Amino acid sequence: MAKRLVLPNIASSDITSESAYFNRRGFIKAAGLAAAPALLANAPGVAASATAGRALNYTKAKPESAGFHTSEALTPAGDVQSYCNFYEFGTDKGDPARYASEMNTDPWSIEVTGAVGKPGKLNLEDILGSFDLEERIYRFRCVEAWSMVIPWVGFPLADLLKRFEPTSNARFVAFKTLYRRSEMRGTRSLGSIIDWPYREGLRMDEAMHPLTMLSVGMYGKTLANQNGAPVRLVVPWKYGFKSIKSVVSIHVTEKQPDTSWQGLNAREYGFYSNVNPDVDHPRWSQRFERRLPSTFLSPNRIPTQPFNGYGEQVAGLYKGMDLSKFY
Amino acid sequence: MKQSQQIAVRVAVFAGCLVPFLLLVWGAVTGSLGPDPAEAIMHSTGEWSLRLLVATLLISPLRHYLKWPVLLKLRRMLGLYVFFYAMIHLVSFAHFYVGWTGAILLEELIERPYITAGFVAWLIMVPLTVTSTRNMQRRLGRSWMRLHQLVYLAVLLACLHLLWQARSDITEAAVYAGIVTILLGWRVTRWWSRRSPSVVVSAGRA
Repeated sequence: MAKRLVLPNIASSDITSESAYFNRRGFIKAAGLAAAPALLANAPGVAASATAGRALNYTKAKPESAGFHTSEALTPAGDVQSYCNFYEFGTDKGDPARYASEMNTDPWSIEVTGAVGKPGKLNLEDILGSFDLEERIYRFRCVEAWSMVIPWVGFPLADLLKRFEPTSNARFVAFKTLYRRSEMRGTRSLGSIIDWPYREGLRMDEAMHPLTMLSVGMYGKTLANQNGAPVRLVVPWKYGFKSIKSVVSIHVTEKQPDTSWQGLNAREYGFYSNVNPDVDHPRWSQRFERRLPSTFLSPNRIPTQPFNGYGEQVAGLYKGMDLSKFY
Repeated sequence: MKQSQQIAVRVAVFAGCLVPFLLLVWGAVTGSLGPDPAEAIMHSTGEWSLRLLVATLLISPLRHYLKWPVLLKLRRMLGLYVFFYAMIHLVSFAHFYVGWTGAILLEELIERPYITAGFVAWLIMVPLTVTSTRNMQRRLGRSWMRLHQLVYLAVLLACLHLLWQARSDITEAAVYAGIVTILLGWRVTRWWSRRSPSVVVSAGRA
Protein backbone atom coordinates (compact mmCIF):
# COMPACT_ATOMS: atom_id res chain seq x y z
CA MET A 1 0.00 0.00 0.00
CA ALA A 2 2.91 2.30 0.58
CA LYS A 3 3.73 2.67 -3.06
CA ARG A 4 0.34 4.24 -3.78
CA LEU A 5 0.51 6.60 -0.89
CA VAL A 6 1.68 9.99 -1.81
CA LEU A 7 4.48 11.13 0.38
CA PRO A 8 4.55 14.46 2.21
CA ASN A 9 2.62 16.99 0.27
CA ILE A 10 1.57 20.56 0.57
CA ALA A 11 -2.12 20.01 1.16
CA SER A 12 -1.85 18.31 4.48
CA SER A 13 0.38 20.91 6.04
CA ASP A 14 -2.26 23.59 5.80
CA ILE A 15 -5.13 21.68 7.30
CA THR A 16 -7.44 23.96 9.16
CA SER A 17 -6.27 24.50 12.68
CA GLU A 18 -3.80 21.65 12.76
CA SER A 19 -1.44 24.00 14.48
CA ALA A 20 -4.21 24.89 16.87
CA TYR A 21 -4.76 21.39 18.08
CA PHE A 22 -1.12 20.60 18.48
CA ASN A 23 -0.36 23.88 20.15
CA ARG A 24 -3.16 23.26 22.55
CA ARG A 25 -1.42 20.15 23.75
CA GLY A 26 1.83 21.94 23.65
CA PHE A 27 3.68 19.36 21.63
CA ILE A 28 4.85 20.52 18.29
CA LYS A 29 4.23 23.12 15.70
CA ALA A 30 2.30 22.05 12.68
CA ALA A 31 5.10 23.05 10.37
CA GLY A 32 6.72 20.04 8.83
CA LEU A 33 4.37 17.68 10.58
CA ALA A 34 3.22 16.05 7.39
CA ALA A 35 6.78 15.01 6.73
CA ALA A 36 7.16 13.56 10.19
CA PRO A 37 4.24 11.29 10.96
CA ALA A 38 6.32 9.56 13.59
CA LEU A 39 5.92 12.60 15.80
CA LEU A 40 2.20 12.08 15.84
CA ALA A 41 2.58 8.47 16.84
CA ASN A 42 4.81 9.46 19.72
CA ALA A 43 2.40 11.96 21.17
CA PRO A 44 0.92 10.82 24.46
CA GLY A 45 -2.59 9.51 24.13
CA VAL A 46 -2.08 8.67 20.48
CA ALA A 47 -1.49 5.01 19.91
CA ALA A 48 1.14 4.05 17.43
CA SER A 49 -0.30 2.20 14.52
CA ALA A 50 1.24 0.50 11.56
CA THR A 51 -0.86 2.33 9.03
CA ALA A 52 -1.90 5.56 10.66
CA GLY A 53 -0.30 8.89 10.15
CA ARG A 54 0.87 8.56 6.57
CA ALA A 55 0.12 11.63 4.56
CA LEU A 56 -2.60 11.41 1.93
CA ASN A 57 -3.02 13.36 -1.26
CA TYR A 58 -6.39 15.06 -1.40
CA THR A 59 -8.29 18.20 -2.25
CA LYS A 60 -10.42 20.17 0.15
CA ALA A 61 -14.17 20.23 -0.19
CA LYS A 62 -15.15 23.77 -0.96
CA PRO A 63 -16.67 25.50 2.02
CA GLU A 64 -19.69 26.46 -0.03
CA SER A 65 -20.43 22.85 -0.93
CA ALA A 66 -23.51 22.13 1.07
CA GLY A 67 -22.71 20.30 4.25
CA PHE A 68 -19.17 19.31 3.26
CA HIS A 69 -17.58 21.80 5.56
CA THR A 70 -18.20 23.40 8.91
CA SER A 71 -16.29 26.20 10.54
CA GLU A 72 -16.90 24.80 14.04
CA ALA A 73 -13.74 24.15 16.04
CA LEU A 74 -12.12 20.82 15.21
CA THR A 75 -11.80 18.23 17.94
CA PRO A 76 -8.07 17.73 18.50
CA ALA A 77 -6.68 14.75 16.61
CA GLY A 78 -5.30 13.26 19.82
CA ASP A 79 -8.79 13.23 21.32
CA VAL A 80 -10.32 11.62 18.25
CA GLN A 81 -7.63 8.95 18.37
CA SER A 82 -7.77 8.25 22.11
CA TYR A 83 -11.51 8.35 22.79
CA CYS A 84 -13.23 5.75 20.63
CA ASN A 85 -15.93 3.17 20.54
CA PHE A 86 -14.70 0.11 18.67
CA TYR A 87 -16.07 -2.77 20.70
CA GLU A 88 -14.02 -5.35 18.83
CA PHE A 89 -11.19 -4.11 21.05
CA GLY A 90 -13.12 -3.63 24.29
CA THR A 91 -15.90 -1.43 25.61
CA ASP A 92 -13.77 1.12 27.46
CA LYS A 93 -13.22 4.30 25.46
CA GLY A 94 -9.47 3.83 25.79
CA ASP A 95 -9.43 0.16 24.76
CA PRO A 96 -9.35 0.77 20.99
CA ALA A 97 -6.34 3.07 21.29
CA ARG A 98 -4.64 0.49 23.51
CA TYR A 99 -5.37 -2.65 21.54
CA ALA A 100 -6.35 -1.82 17.96
CA SER A 101 -2.73 -2.01 16.90
CA GLU A 102 -3.14 -5.79 17.26
CA MET A 103 -5.25 -5.69 14.10
CA ASN A 104 -3.39 -6.35 10.87
CA THR A 105 -4.70 -4.09 8.10
CA ASP A 106 -2.22 -5.05 5.41
CA PRO A 107 -3.21 -6.61 3.06
CA TRP A 108 -6.80 -5.37 2.99
CA SER A 109 -9.62 -5.73 0.56
CA ILE A 110 -13.35 -5.05 0.38
CA GLU A 111 -15.63 -7.58 -1.24
CA VAL A 112 -18.56 -6.10 -3.13
CA THR A 113 -21.37 -8.60 -3.73
CA GLY A 114 -25.10 -8.94 -4.20
CA ALA A 115 -27.32 -6.96 -6.53
CA VAL A 116 -24.52 -5.56 -8.63
CA GLY A 117 -23.67 -6.10 -12.27
CA LYS A 118 -20.00 -6.66 -11.60
CA PRO A 119 -19.37 -8.17 -8.18
CA GLY A 120 -15.76 -8.28 -7.13
CA LYS A 121 -12.99 -7.39 -4.77
CA LEU A 122 -11.26 -4.08 -4.31
CA ASN A 123 -7.94 -4.07 -2.58
CA LEU A 124 -6.76 -1.10 -0.63
CA GLU A 125 -4.26 -0.08 -3.29
CA ASP A 126 -7.11 0.22 -5.80
CA ILE A 127 -9.20 2.20 -3.37
CA LEU A 128 -6.46 4.65 -2.56
CA GLY A 129 -5.30 4.90 -6.15
CA SER A 130 -8.49 5.21 -8.09
CA PHE A 131 -10.81 7.50 -6.19
CA ASP A 132 -10.35 11.22 -5.83
CA LEU A 133 -9.79 11.88 -2.17
CA GLU A 134 -11.40 14.91 -0.61
CA GLU A 135 -11.28 16.43 2.85
CA ARG A 136 -14.63 17.08 4.48
CA ILE A 137 -15.23 18.49 7.91
CA TYR A 138 -18.23 16.82 9.49
CA ARG A 139 -19.91 16.86 12.84
CA PHE A 140 -19.88 13.38 14.38
CA ARG A 141 -22.60 12.63 16.91
CA CYS A 142 -22.36 9.49 19.00
CA VAL A 143 -25.57 7.87 20.26
CA GLU A 144 -24.04 8.25 23.75
CA ALA A 145 -24.65 12.00 23.56
CA TRP A 146 -21.14 13.22 22.87
CA SER A 147 -19.95 14.71 19.62
CA MET A 148 -16.83 15.75 17.75
CA VAL A 149 -15.90 17.74 14.66
CA ILE A 150 -13.59 15.72 12.42
CA PRO A 151 -11.80 16.47 9.15
CA TRP A 152 -12.21 13.22 7.23
CA VAL A 153 -10.37 12.33 4.06
CA GLY A 154 -12.24 10.05 1.71
CA PHE A 155 -14.59 9.85 -1.24
CA PRO A 156 -18.33 9.43 -1.79
CA LEU A 157 -19.53 5.88 -1.25
CA ALA A 158 -21.61 6.43 -4.41
CA ASP A 159 -18.39 6.56 -6.48
CA LEU A 160 -17.48 3.06 -5.34
CA LEU A 161 -20.99 1.62 -5.66
CA LYS A 162 -21.44 2.98 -9.20
CA ARG A 163 -18.31 1.17 -10.27
CA PHE A 164 -19.93 -2.15 -9.38
CA GLU A 165 -23.12 -1.24 -11.25
CA PRO A 166 -26.00 -1.79 -8.81
CA THR A 167 -28.95 -3.55 -10.47
CA SER A 168 -32.61 -2.56 -10.27
CA ASN A 169 -32.91 -4.82 -7.22
CA ALA A 170 -30.45 -2.72 -5.29
CA ARG A 171 -32.50 -1.25 -2.45
CA PHE A 172 -30.17 -1.56 0.54
CA VAL A 173 -26.47 -1.83 1.26
CA ALA A 174 -25.11 -4.05 4.03
CA PHE A 175 -21.63 -3.59 5.50
CA LYS A 176 -19.42 -5.81 7.62
CA THR A 177 -16.39 -5.05 9.77
CA LEU A 178 -13.40 -7.33 9.84
CA TYR A 179 -13.86 -10.13 12.38
CA ARG A 180 -10.62 -11.73 13.48
CA ARG A 181 -10.80 -13.06 17.03
CA SER A 182 -7.07 -13.49 17.41
CA GLU A 183 -6.49 -9.79 16.72
CA MET A 184 -9.59 -8.38 18.38
CA ARG A 185 -9.65 -9.02 22.08
CA GLY A 186 -13.09 -7.50 22.61
CA THR A 187 -14.64 -10.23 20.50
CA ARG A 188 -13.12 -12.79 22.87
CA SER A 189 -14.82 -11.28 25.93
CA LEU A 190 -17.15 -13.82 27.52
CA GLY A 191 -19.68 -11.20 28.53
CA SER A 192 -19.94 -9.67 25.08
CA ILE A 193 -23.41 -10.09 23.66
CA ILE A 194 -22.73 -8.74 20.17
CA ASP A 195 -23.08 -11.25 17.37
CA TRP A 196 -19.84 -10.64 15.47
CA PRO A 197 -18.93 -9.57 12.86
CA TYR A 198 -20.25 -6.07 13.35
CA ARG A 199 -22.85 -5.29 10.70
CA GLU A 200 -24.47 -2.09 9.53
CA GLY A 201 -26.73 -1.06 6.71
CA LEU A 202 -28.10 1.85 4.71
CA ARG A 203 -30.97 2.33 2.34
CA MET A 204 -29.73 2.72 -1.25
CA ASP A 205 -30.65 6.40 -1.46
CA GLU A 206 -28.80 7.03 1.81
CA ALA A 207 -25.79 5.14 0.51
CA MET A 208 -25.80 7.13 -2.74
CA HIS A 209 -26.22 10.49 -0.96
CA PRO A 210 -23.28 12.82 -1.62
CA LEU A 211 -22.69 13.34 2.12
CA THR A 212 -22.12 9.60 2.65
CA MET A 213 -18.44 8.86 2.34
CA LEU A 214 -15.93 6.11 2.67
CA SER A 215 -13.09 7.52 4.69
CA VAL A 216 -9.47 6.42 4.49
CA GLY A 217 -8.05 9.15 6.68
CA MET A 218 -8.49 12.09 8.97
CA TYR A 219 -6.41 15.17 9.64
CA GLY A 220 -4.71 14.61 6.29
CA LYS A 221 -3.32 11.22 7.17
CA THR A 222 -4.36 7.61 6.98
CA LEU A 223 -6.69 6.43 9.73
CA ALA A 224 -5.41 5.04 13.00
CA ASN A 225 -6.61 1.48 13.57
CA GLN A 226 -8.81 2.57 16.45
CA ASN A 227 -10.63 4.96 14.11
CA GLY A 228 -11.47 2.19 11.65
CA ALA A 229 -8.39 1.80 9.46
CA PRO A 230 -7.90 1.33 6.65
CA VAL A 231 -11.34 2.25 5.35
CA ARG A 232 -14.59 3.09 7.08
CA LEU A 233 -18.00 4.54 6.43
CA VAL A 234 -18.97 8.07 7.51
CA VAL A 235 -22.64 9.06 7.55
CA PRO A 236 -22.71 12.42 9.31
CA TRP A 237 -26.47 12.73 9.89
CA LYS A 238 -26.74 9.39 11.68
CA TYR A 239 -25.48 8.28 15.09
CA GLY A 240 -21.85 7.27 15.04
CA PHE A 241 -22.41 3.53 15.27
CA LYS A 242 -23.86 3.59 11.74
CA SER A 243 -20.46 4.74 10.48
CA ILE A 244 -19.05 1.23 10.47
CA LYS A 245 -15.29 0.84 10.81
CA SER A 246 -12.67 -1.32 9.09
CA VAL A 247 -15.03 -2.43 6.34
CA VAL A 248 -14.34 -5.75 4.57
CA SER A 249 -17.68 -6.44 2.92
CA ILE A 250 -20.28 -4.39 1.05
CA HIS A 251 -23.33 -6.35 0.04
CA VAL A 252 -26.02 -4.75 -2.10
CA THR A 253 -29.39 -6.28 -1.44
CA GLU A 254 -33.12 -6.07 -2.00
CA LYS A 255 -34.07 -6.61 1.63
CA GLN A 256 -33.35 -4.38 4.60
CA PRO A 257 -30.29 -5.95 6.24
CA ASP A 258 -30.06 -6.80 9.93
CA THR A 259 -27.62 -4.70 11.87
CA SER A 260 -25.63 -5.61 14.98
CA TRP A 261 -27.23 -3.07 17.28
CA GLN A 262 -30.71 -3.87 16.07
CA GLY A 263 -30.04 -7.52 16.79
CA LEU A 264 -28.92 -6.56 20.27
CA ASN A 265 -31.74 -4.21 21.12
CA ALA A 266 -34.10 -3.17 18.34
CA ARG A 267 -36.05 -0.91 20.69
CA GLU A 268 -32.98 1.19 21.40
CA TYR A 269 -31.22 1.13 18.04
CA GLY A 270 -33.36 1.48 14.94
CA PHE A 271 -32.25 0.79 11.39
CA TYR A 272 -32.27 4.47 10.47
CA SER A 273 -30.74 5.92 13.63
CA ASN A 274 -30.83 9.43 12.27
CA VAL A 275 -29.67 11.97 14.82
CA ASN A 276 -32.92 13.21 16.34
CA PRO A 277 -33.22 15.27 19.53
CA ASP A 278 -36.93 14.46 19.70
CA VAL A 279 -36.50 10.70 19.90
CA ASP A 280 -34.77 9.71 23.12
CA HIS A 281 -32.67 6.66 23.45
CA PRO A 282 -34.85 4.78 25.95
CA ARG A 283 -32.10 5.00 28.52
CA TRP A 284 -31.01 8.58 28.01
CA SER A 285 -32.03 11.84 26.42
CA GLN A 286 -30.76 12.86 22.98
CA ARG A 287 -31.67 16.52 23.30
CA PHE A 288 -28.18 17.65 24.22
CA GLU A 289 -24.65 16.56 23.48
CA ARG A 290 -21.23 17.16 24.94
CA ARG A 291 -19.07 18.60 22.21
CA LEU A 292 -15.61 17.24 22.90
CA PRO A 293 -13.25 18.21 24.28
CA SER A 294 -15.35 19.03 27.29
CA THR A 295 -13.92 20.12 30.63
CA PHE A 296 -15.29 20.41 34.13
CA LEU A 297 -15.39 24.19 33.93
CA SER A 298 -16.87 24.25 30.45
CA PRO A 299 -18.77 21.03 29.84
CA ASN A 300 -19.60 22.27 26.33
CA ARG A 301 -23.11 20.96 26.48
CA ILE A 302 -24.94 22.02 23.33
CA PRO A 303 -28.39 21.26 21.90
CA THR A 304 -28.49 18.42 19.38
CA GLN A 305 -29.79 19.33 15.94
CA PRO A 306 -32.16 17.20 13.85
CA PHE A 307 -30.13 15.13 11.38
CA ASN A 308 -27.07 16.43 13.20
CA GLY A 309 -27.51 19.73 11.36
CA TYR A 310 -27.67 18.15 7.89
CA GLY A 311 -31.46 18.39 7.61
CA GLU A 312 -31.24 20.71 4.62
CA GLN A 313 -29.34 18.05 2.71
CA VAL A 314 -31.03 14.85 3.86
CA ALA A 315 -34.49 15.54 5.31
CA GLY A 316 -35.94 14.95 1.83
CA LEU A 317 -34.86 11.31 2.01
CA TYR A 318 -37.40 10.73 4.75
CA LYS A 319 -40.34 12.73 3.46
CA GLY A 320 -43.62 11.27 4.61
CA MET A 321 -41.96 8.96 7.13
CA ASP A 322 -42.87 9.13 10.80
CA LEU A 323 -39.40 9.56 12.27
CA SER A 324 -40.55 8.63 15.75
CA LYS A 325 -41.53 5.25 14.33
CA PHE A 326 -38.65 4.82 11.90
CA TYR A 327 -35.98 5.84 14.36
CA MET B 1 -4.30 -6.10 67.51
CA LYS B 2 -2.71 -3.24 69.43
CA GLN B 3 -4.18 0.24 69.61
CA SER B 4 -1.38 1.66 67.48
CA GLN B 5 -1.90 -1.01 64.86
CA GLN B 6 -5.60 -0.25 64.76
CA ILE B 7 -4.90 3.40 64.19
CA ALA B 8 -2.40 2.53 61.48
CA VAL B 9 -4.97 0.35 59.70
CA ARG B 10 -7.58 3.07 59.88
CA VAL B 11 -5.23 5.72 58.56
CA ALA B 12 -4.15 3.44 55.73
CA VAL B 13 -7.72 2.64 54.71
CA PHE B 14 -8.70 6.30 54.94
CA ALA B 15 -5.81 7.30 52.69
CA GLY B 16 -6.42 4.42 50.30
CA CYS B 17 -10.06 5.31 49.84
CA LEU B 18 -9.10 8.88 49.05
CA VAL B 19 -6.75 7.88 46.22
CA PRO B 20 -9.41 7.58 43.47
CA PHE B 21 -10.66 11.06 44.37
CA LEU B 22 -7.16 12.52 44.35
CA LEU B 23 -6.52 10.91 40.97
CA LEU B 24 -9.63 12.58 39.60
CA VAL B 25 -8.62 15.95 41.01
CA TRP B 26 -5.13 15.49 39.59
CA GLY B 27 -6.63 14.48 36.24
CA ALA B 28 -8.96 17.47 36.20
CA VAL B 29 -6.12 19.86 36.98
CA THR B 30 -3.68 18.42 34.45
CA GLY B 31 -6.32 17.69 31.81
CA SER B 32 -5.42 14.03 31.71
CA LEU B 33 -9.00 12.83 32.13
CA GLY B 34 -9.28 12.89 28.35
CA PRO B 35 -11.65 14.75 26.07
CA ASP B 36 -14.75 13.64 27.96
CA PRO B 37 -14.09 14.07 31.69
CA ALA B 38 -17.79 13.57 32.33
CA GLU B 39 -17.48 9.93 31.43
CA ALA B 40 -14.20 9.50 33.31
CA ILE B 41 -15.60 11.07 36.49
CA MET B 42 -18.93 9.27 36.32
CA HIS B 43 -17.24 5.97 35.66
CA SER B 44 -14.66 6.27 38.41
CA THR B 45 -16.96 7.60 41.13
CA GLY B 46 -19.69 5.10 40.28
CA GLU B 47 -17.26 2.20 40.35
CA TRP B 48 -15.64 3.25 43.61
CA SER B 49 -18.92 3.88 45.29
CA LEU B 50 -20.04 0.35 44.39
CA ARG B 51 -16.69 -1.23 45.26
CA LEU B 52 -16.65 0.38 48.69
CA LEU B 53 -20.28 -0.55 49.22
CA VAL B 54 -19.29 -4.15 48.52
CA ALA B 55 -16.39 -3.69 50.95
CA THR B 56 -18.79 -2.63 53.72
CA LEU B 57 -20.73 -5.84 53.12
CA LEU B 58 -17.51 -7.76 53.47
CA ILE B 59 -16.98 -6.49 57.02
CA SER B 60 -19.51 -8.75 58.74
CA PRO B 61 -18.18 -12.02 57.28
CA LEU B 62 -14.61 -10.89 58.00
CA ARG B 63 -15.53 -10.02 61.56
CA HIS B 64 -17.15 -13.38 61.95
CA TYR B 65 -14.03 -15.24 60.95
CA LEU B 66 -11.24 -12.87 62.04
CA LYS B 67 -12.83 -11.16 65.04
CA TRP B 68 -10.77 -7.99 64.66
CA PRO B 69 -12.44 -5.14 66.52
CA VAL B 70 -11.00 -2.57 64.11
CA LEU B 71 -13.23 -3.91 61.34
CA LEU B 72 -16.36 -2.32 62.79
CA LYS B 73 -14.72 1.10 62.80
CA LEU B 74 -13.59 0.59 59.22
CA ARG B 75 -17.15 -0.12 58.19
CA ARG B 76 -18.32 3.33 59.21
CA MET B 77 -15.45 4.95 57.33
CA LEU B 78 -16.07 2.85 54.22
CA GLY B 79 -19.76 3.64 54.38
CA LEU B 80 -19.08 7.35 54.50
CA TYR B 81 -16.76 7.03 51.51
CA VAL B 82 -19.52 5.20 49.62
CA PHE B 83 -21.72 8.23 50.12
CA PHE B 84 -18.87 10.60 49.27
CA TYR B 85 -18.29 8.98 45.87
CA ALA B 86 -22.03 8.57 45.21
CA MET B 87 -22.44 12.27 45.93
CA ILE B 88 -19.76 13.27 43.40
CA HIS B 89 -21.36 10.83 40.97
CA LEU B 90 -24.74 12.52 41.32
CA VAL B 91 -23.36 16.05 41.23
CA SER B 92 -21.34 15.25 38.08
CA PHE B 93 -24.46 13.89 36.47
CA ALA B 94 -26.34 17.08 37.26
CA HIS B 95 -23.41 19.17 36.03
CA PHE B 96 -22.36 17.43 32.81
CA TYR B 97 -25.47 15.63 31.71
CA VAL B 98 -28.38 17.83 32.69
CA GLY B 99 -26.64 21.19 33.09
CA TRP B 100 -28.37 21.91 36.40
CA THR B 101 -31.77 22.16 34.74
CA GLY B 102 -34.29 21.07 37.36
CA ALA B 103 -36.95 19.96 34.90
CA ILE B 104 -34.56 17.78 32.93
CA LEU B 105 -33.02 16.35 36.09
CA LEU B 106 -36.44 15.41 37.40
CA GLU B 107 -37.41 13.87 34.07
CA GLU B 108 -34.22 11.82 33.94
CA LEU B 109 -34.65 10.61 37.52
CA ILE B 110 -38.21 9.55 36.89
CA GLU B 111 -38.16 8.31 33.32
CA ARG B 112 -34.92 6.37 33.03
CA PRO B 113 -35.22 3.23 35.12
CA TYR B 114 -31.48 2.81 35.58
CA ILE B 115 -31.12 6.38 36.77
CA THR B 116 -34.10 5.91 39.07
CA ALA B 117 -32.44 2.82 40.54
CA GLY B 118 -29.17 4.67 41.13
CA PHE B 119 -30.94 7.67 42.57
CA VAL B 120 -33.01 5.60 44.98
CA ALA B 121 -29.81 3.87 46.09
CA TRP B 122 -28.36 7.32 46.80
CA LEU B 123 -31.55 8.40 48.61
CA ILE B 124 -31.29 5.34 50.86
CA MET B 125 -27.73 6.29 51.71
CA VAL B 126 -28.74 9.74 52.95
CA PRO B 127 -30.35 8.61 56.23
CA LEU B 128 -27.67 5.95 56.65
CA THR B 129 -25.00 8.64 56.38
CA VAL B 130 -26.82 11.01 58.71
CA THR B 131 -27.25 8.30 61.35
CA SER B 132 -23.73 6.96 61.02
CA THR B 133 -22.40 8.69 64.14
CA ARG B 134 -21.93 6.78 67.37
CA ASN B 135 -24.31 9.17 69.07
CA MET B 136 -27.09 8.43 66.60
CA GLN B 137 -26.37 4.75 66.86
CA ARG B 138 -26.88 4.93 70.63
CA ARG B 139 -30.02 7.04 70.38
CA LEU B 140 -31.69 4.81 67.80
CA GLY B 141 -30.80 1.56 69.54
CA ARG B 142 -32.40 -1.44 67.90
CA SER B 143 -34.02 0.58 65.13
CA TRP B 144 -30.56 1.70 64.03
CA MET B 145 -29.84 -1.87 63.04
CA ARG B 146 -33.09 -2.17 61.15
CA LEU B 147 -32.52 1.15 59.39
CA HIS B 148 -29.02 0.21 58.32
CA GLN B 149 -30.21 -3.06 56.88
CA LEU B 150 -31.47 -0.85 54.05
CA VAL B 151 -27.92 -1.05 52.76
CA TYR B 152 -28.85 -4.43 51.28
CA LEU B 153 -31.51 -2.76 49.17
CA ALA B 154 -29.06 -0.02 48.20
CA VAL B 155 -26.45 -2.47 46.96
CA LEU B 156 -29.01 -4.41 44.94
CA LEU B 157 -30.21 -1.17 43.35
CA ALA B 158 -26.61 -0.16 42.64
CA CYS B 159 -26.00 -3.47 40.86
CA LEU B 160 -29.19 -3.01 38.88
CA HIS B 161 -28.08 0.54 38.05
CA LEU B 162 -24.88 -0.88 36.54
CA LEU B 163 -26.45 -3.86 34.81
CA TRP B 164 -29.17 -1.71 33.25
CA GLN B 165 -26.56 0.46 31.60
CA ALA B 166 -24.65 -2.36 29.97
CA ARG B 167 -24.94 -1.94 26.24
CA SER B 168 -23.12 -4.88 24.80
CA ASP B 169 -20.95 -6.44 27.48
CA ILE B 170 -22.30 -7.53 30.84
CA THR B 171 -19.07 -8.95 32.27
CA GLU B 172 -18.45 -6.14 34.76
CA ALA B 173 -22.02 -6.00 36.04
CA ALA B 174 -22.07 -9.79 36.31
CA VAL B 175 -18.91 -9.83 38.44
CA TYR B 176 -20.35 -7.32 40.94
CA ALA B 177 -23.70 -9.11 40.98
CA GLY B 178 -21.90 -12.38 41.67
CA ILE B 179 -19.90 -10.97 44.59
CA VAL B 180 -22.98 -9.30 46.08
CA THR B 181 -24.95 -12.54 45.71
CA ILE B 182 -22.27 -14.39 47.70
CA LEU B 183 -22.13 -11.72 50.42
CA LEU B 184 -25.89 -11.49 50.79
CA GLY B 185 -26.20 -15.26 50.46
CA TRP B 186 -23.85 -15.69 53.42
CA ARG B 187 -26.21 -13.55 55.52
CA VAL B 188 -29.31 -15.36 54.34
CA THR B 189 -27.74 -18.72 55.15
CA ARG B 190 -26.84 -17.59 58.68
CA TRP B 191 -30.24 -16.04 59.24
CA TRP B 192 -31.89 -19.22 58.02
CA SER B 193 -29.76 -21.47 60.18
CA ARG B 194 -30.53 -19.39 63.25
CA ARG B 195 -34.22 -19.84 62.54
CA SER B 196 -34.40 -23.56 61.83
CA PRO B 197 -33.08 -25.69 64.68
CA SER B 198 -32.24 -28.65 62.42
CA VAL B 199 -29.22 -26.88 60.96
CA VAL B 200 -28.09 -25.11 64.11
CA VAL B 201 -25.33 -27.64 64.55
CA SER B 202 -23.59 -26.61 61.37
CA ALA B 203 -24.13 -22.91 61.88
CA GLY B 204 -21.52 -20.59 63.28
CA ARG B 205 -21.89 -18.50 66.40
CA ALA B 206 -24.60 -15.87 65.97
